[in-house]
Amino acid sequence: MPSLADVGQLLVNGVMAGTILAVPAIGLTAIYAVLRFPNFALASHATIGAFAGYVANARLGWPLLPSVAIAFIVAGGVGVITDETVLKRFRPAGYITTAIASIALTIALENVVRFVFGNELRGYELPIQRDWRIGAIRVGPQQVTNLAIAGVAMAALFGFLGFTRMGKAMRAVADNPMLAAIKGIDADTIGRIVNFVGMGLAGLGGMLIGLDTTIDPLTGFRSILSVFAAAVVGGLGSIPGAVIGALTVGIGEELCLLFLSPDYRSAVGFVAILVVLTLRPRGILGQRAY
Amino acid sequence: MAVSAGIYALMALGVNVVWGFAGMINLGLVGFFAVGAYTSALLTLKAGWAIAGGMAAATIVAAIVGAIVALVTVRLRGDYLAIVTLGFAETIRIVASNAIWLTNGSDGLSGIPGPGRGLLSPEAFNLVYLAIVGVIVAIAYFVNERLRVSPFGRVLRAIRDDEQVASVAGKHVTLFKVKAFAISAAALGLAGALYAHYTSYIAPDIFVPLFTLYIKLALLAGGLGNNRGAIVGAFAVVFLLESTRFVIPLVPGITPVQGAAIREFLIAALLIVMLRYKPRGLVPETSTRLPVPPVAEGYQPTA
Repeated sequence: MPSLADVGQLLVNGVMAGTILAVPAIGLTAIYAVLRFPNFALASHATIGAFAGYVANARLGWPLLPSVAIAFIVAGGVGVITDETVLKRFRPAGYITTAIASIALTIALENVVRFVFGNELRGYELPIQRDWRIGAIRVGPQQVTNLAIAGVAMAALFGFLGFTRMGKAMRAVADNPMLAAIKGIDADTIGRIVNFVGMGLAGLGGMLIGLDTTIDPLTGFRSILSVFAAAVVGGLGSIPGAVIGALTVGIGEELCLLFLSPDYRSAVGFVAILVVLTLRPRGILGQRAY
Repeated sequence: MAVSAGIYALMALGVNVVWGFAGMINLGLVGFFAVGAYTSALLTLKAGWAIAGGMAAATIVAAIVGAIVALVTVRLRGDYLAIVTLGFAETIRIVASNAIWLTNGSDGLSGIPGPGRGLLSPEAFNLVYLAIVGVIVAIAYFVNERLRVSPFGRVLRAIRDDEQVASVAGKHVTLFKVKAFAISAAALGLAGALYAHYTSYIAPDIFVPLFTLYIKLALLAGGLGNNRGAIVGAFAVVFLLESTRFVIPLVPGITPVQGAAIREFLIAALLIVMLRYKPRGLVPETSTRLPVPPVAEGYQPTA
């Protein structure tokens, strides 16, 4: 019988995992809101971000924060380039073709990473720290740092969307592309920005996931099911929804450990998708972007 | 090699029903392939079923699973189907790697019986198996061709081209889509069973998303919605896969991992190029036209 402290520990872990998961989930849902297709290439961009951060941190010996920034910038930059050269051309052909192209793209990029870095598991250079104990609940300092980074990234994003011209223009395109075009908002520019921000968040998320464990070329793909689950549960296209969805999936994945072996954790995301699509097809918050 | 081409052809035929005819997306077709492979392997290995029985069960189980997956998503926009099918394939792989009591986990199942294996020489076994696969592909091709020109196939293509019009015409769009998905999943499941009994060994590592891309590429190479093309495309893809397996290691100075990475990259890049420039495939679907009855005598078009 699990004790109350066990449940508390799992809840804390779930909130931590959910907050980190929210970062790539926001990226996914933002891209969906503006460009209207599920971009599976998110997986490889998360991997690219994780490896960019790894090169900065472990090879060049940079401290954590600049490495995290590099993860964001490199993944965002690659996201803009791949979208311009590959995915953009597919969009007139419809979302099915674009989705298939994006999964082919993700496998292509993943193999570029594999070609350069090989299949070995790699870890970041981080100081080993003792866990903090609050009552019966243990928290790792690294987890708290990750939580803070994820929180700051999300706050910055909400600030960007709420208070800057670009952010408002992005929401306008998500809300009604035609009306936005009439007002003179250039859809191409917005597409580039949303790709940079979205894929950047994916890269940041990939690095945050990797900080807890190790990274390899499949880092992004392994977490894609949870990321999509978070976005769908919250309502695909809704940014606050992605946060709520990520917390739901994160906590759900941890609580399932009470009665399932940890290996099934990522299957929880799939079950969550099925339940939400059956009961509330538009997700918890619906599809309004913001 | 001809056997795997046959198995790919069967899968391409199956996928043609949903992607080519009905215009639905299935990014998790490797999941249905895995369901079929494991069903048949487990029934023959652990329950002592005959191989034919295992294959039949694999077909049926995959069809049921396909119908369930389709039912959940079919009322939603197609991109949800993309997410759910991809998630389905990943979930199957996770279950297959972790339900050790059933599937032996990542070690996989070995010693899956094949028809006449052990009694025949390896060459004879290959020939016998090739004949079996050939017959099944021929049947699947025939059924698919009938399906294409049947009222059922016409409705599917109508749904693909304009769902609303099809539904205004009184067609139960949901039901047709679920049926198409189940038929397609059945073919994938049978292909999985054929694969399991041929190689005698299956493991979760085989059922990776890359496999899904192979079949998409086969279908595009042959022509979407075109059954003969599906078979030709499958042979082309298997030829490509096998030839790159020999050519790439000849490149000096690369490790096996890098070689594998180049190969997978090429497949993915090729798929992107094909999708971009030949979205309906190299041999596009020919529209089946019904003969227009001659205008009746004395008919005056009203101006």
